[in-house]
Amino acid sequence: MLVFEKNALSEEIELLVDKYGMDRSSLLQILQDIQRKHNHISDFAQQEIARLLNIHPVEVNSVISFYSFLHSEPQGRNTIKLCQTISCDMAGKQNIEDALTRELGISFGETTKDKKFTLEHTNCMGMCDQGPAMLINEKVFTRLDPEKAVNILKEVE
Amino acid sequence: MAKENNPRIPVSQQPFKVQKPEDTTTIGGTISIEINEKKVTVPFGATILEACKENQIHVPTLCHHPDLCVAGVCRICVVEVDGMRTLQTSCTFPITSPIKIHTSTPMVRKARRHIIDLLLSEHYGECYSCFRNENCELQTLAKEYGVDNYTFGHITTPKFQVDRSSASVVRDMNKCILCKRCVRTCIDLQEVGCLEAIDRGHETHVGTFLDKPLSDVICINCGQCINRCPTGALRANDPSDQIWNAIDDPTKHVVIQTAPSPRAAIGEEFGIEPGQSFTGELNTALKRIGFDKVFDTNYTADLTIMEEGTELLNRLKKALVDKDESVKLPQFTSCSPGWIKFIEHFYPEYLDYLSTAKSPQQMFGAITKTFYAKEAKINPEDIVTVALMPCSAKKFECNRPEMNSSGFKDVDYGLTTREMAKMIKEAGIYLPEMPKSHFDDPFGDASGAGLIFGATGGVMEAALRTVYELVTGREVPFKNLNITPCRGFEGIKQASVKLENCVEAYKFLEGVEVKFIVAHGTANATKVMEMLRKGELNDVHFVEIMACPGGCLGGGGQPIPTSEEIRTKRAQAIYAEDESLELRKSHENPHVKLLYEKFLTEGPCSKLSHQLLHTHYTKRGKFIL
Repeated sequence: MLVFEKNALSEEIELLVDKYGMDRSSLLQILQDIQRKHNHISDFAQQEIARLLNIHPVEVNSVISFYSFLHSEPQGRNTIKLCQTISCDMAGKQNIEDALTRELGISFGETTKDKKFTLEHTNCMGMCDQGPAMLINEKVFTRLDPEKAVNILKEVE
Repeated sequence: MAKENNPRIPVSQQPFKVQKPEDTTTIGGTISIEINEKKVTVPFGATILEACKENQIHVPTLCHHPDLCVAGVCRICVVEVDGMRTLQTSCTFPITSPIKIHTSTPMVRKARRHIIDLLLSEHYGECYSCFRNENCELQTLAKEYGVDNYTFGHITTPKFQVDRSSASVVRDMNKCILCKRCVRTCIDLQEVGCLEAIDRGHETHVGTFLDKPLSDVICINCGQCINRCPTGALRANDPSDQIWNAIDDPTKHVVIQTAPSPRAAIGEEFGIEPGQSFTGELNTALKRIGFDKVFDTNYTADLTIMEEGTELLNRLKKALVDKDESVKLPQFTSCSPGWIKFIEHFYPEYLDYLSTAKSPQQMFGAITKTFYAKEAKINPEDIVTVALMPCSAKKFECNRPEMNSSGFKDVDYGLTTREMAKMIKEAGIYLPEMPKSHFDDPFGDASGAGLIFGATGGVMEAALRTVYELVTGREVPFKNLNITPCRGFEGIKQASVKLENCVEAYKFLEGVEVKFIVAHGTANATKVMEMLRKGELNDVHFVEIMACPGGCLGGGGQPIPTSEEIRTKRAQAIYAEDESLELRKSHENPHVKLLYEKFLTEGPCSKLSHQLLHTHYTKRGKFIL
């Protein structure tokens, strides 16, 4: 990581700490904002957050490792999370899975070479009545079929 | 000791606490409950566990530790409470109403057995090849609750690699049962914060930042986590095989120095009640094991006092007479290697406040391989120095690259009390039955001042005995030389001694009130450092800090278990031994005097002593690469 990138990141975290307050309870909000903007929370960012909130880096790491929507490794610009829970599975999740892997040329848990997409499974999102469902970034798509899923991908920036 | 109201713990994680009445004789101060059909009266707000303990009813615990905050994660202490649908954990349940408790019902016994069975199903390894065999809380519980087969299976392949990166602490997470005692020790008790639970669900494990090896993260090697671990997941890095090799090698001259705290605690490893010293017996045992010479670390503790005390007087002189503004006061002690690494990481900008004197262990190494080698006409290359310490951080300290001022590695191996006990047992010796013998010359005699280094406040007390007498020519004005303000297990102790009628050389100190602070445990060290940062310590002259709660006698290499009660008994043993000695002041130690006459001829803090007995520190900082 370059020095000016580090400085910019530190400044950004400082602003977030000002915004949410210097308290342990603001940790999740700060982590979500960083995740949203940078698609991951680097080890440097984790230590900066720990320093500014006066907690230990390993505590930040512990929180990130607990939540599957927070990542410490770099991700693609867009994250596709396909629901793998039983209702969606019975509604035809496997076909969507096949369509997505064929379209993107990667398997689940991987990122495309152009860093555009990361493909992941997720557990129930509460869309059981409208399955199969998937989440792209923070938007939910329901009642998918393979064609619809591929068309949605084409519209993503 | 445990900071129950730690503001750093979020409210959601704080145990449900009830305001306990200060006076239990007031109305509502106590509450009548029934435990196993027996009517008892307990203080309002006491937990079920406390109530049971008070009434001699045994409730098993695993994640609960008297030094740490309540966690309630292991569920082994469940009991049945009338009117409650589920079993309740007794360690987290405050009694606020007249409840009826049953601690031994079929449901409770079955639940406990299943909990242990489930813990064992994830607990890799076999007991007979484990160093905690017969001193393992999980093993004891499994035996107590009749878990004689693996109902839920047993893991047969290891999930994690053993982390041997650190010079002090070995982590084998395959044996971890996730009681989080180490996490609470590291974060709450010591405020170092290098361990936390990582991942979720069945993948949860206790890990470091980004699961890096322990040597790469900010660990101060204090070993307190080892002392709290109920199983064999954490252990000290054991060099005993190398030491056996050195003993068996006829060309090697193996010397051992023994610190004061292990003597007061090693009996516990042989089933003796805490609070009994085995100094003479230990000397005989060590000689029978095959160590060529058995020396007393207290001798260099006396030397440390001479060097550190002189350094303090020099600093005071510079500050008061020469009005030198660059002098750093208060002077911090540098005996505790855990504390040294702590300040190097967390307060690197204050390293100049540390005394440059080495710890007694390292001084001994340097003196052994120079002065002693010359006196005994042995090639220092053939000398192997072993240090018996109550401490796991000493293993890291002796491996520091700067600790080779004799031209060789000053101290070859650091050995903890537990490992020493193992070696003694391995040699077929039952320590309490040994005849007593004295330490070997030329470092045979040591003062009681050196001995009390083992307890928190001891360095301060020893230093005051010497400094006061050097400056005023009189003994410290405390009955029997017992400087009581230094003693006890209060987190941070402050006191002062006024210097009056000083001798000619120290006239500049006339009327000065020497203020000192004693702190133990790095959580208290943090408080002291924050006071220093705020400028509240400007009128303080000397600060003693020990990394472990209770000082060295509660060190990370001491016998397991440890608690405030056990530490108090060990301290009593040390203070009693001090009082039984005739020689109780460091500067009166004839062997130290002899060393200054024959070897360090220019006196304390001279050029040669700086080369051998003083060190420098590294600014490490908090950032993990």
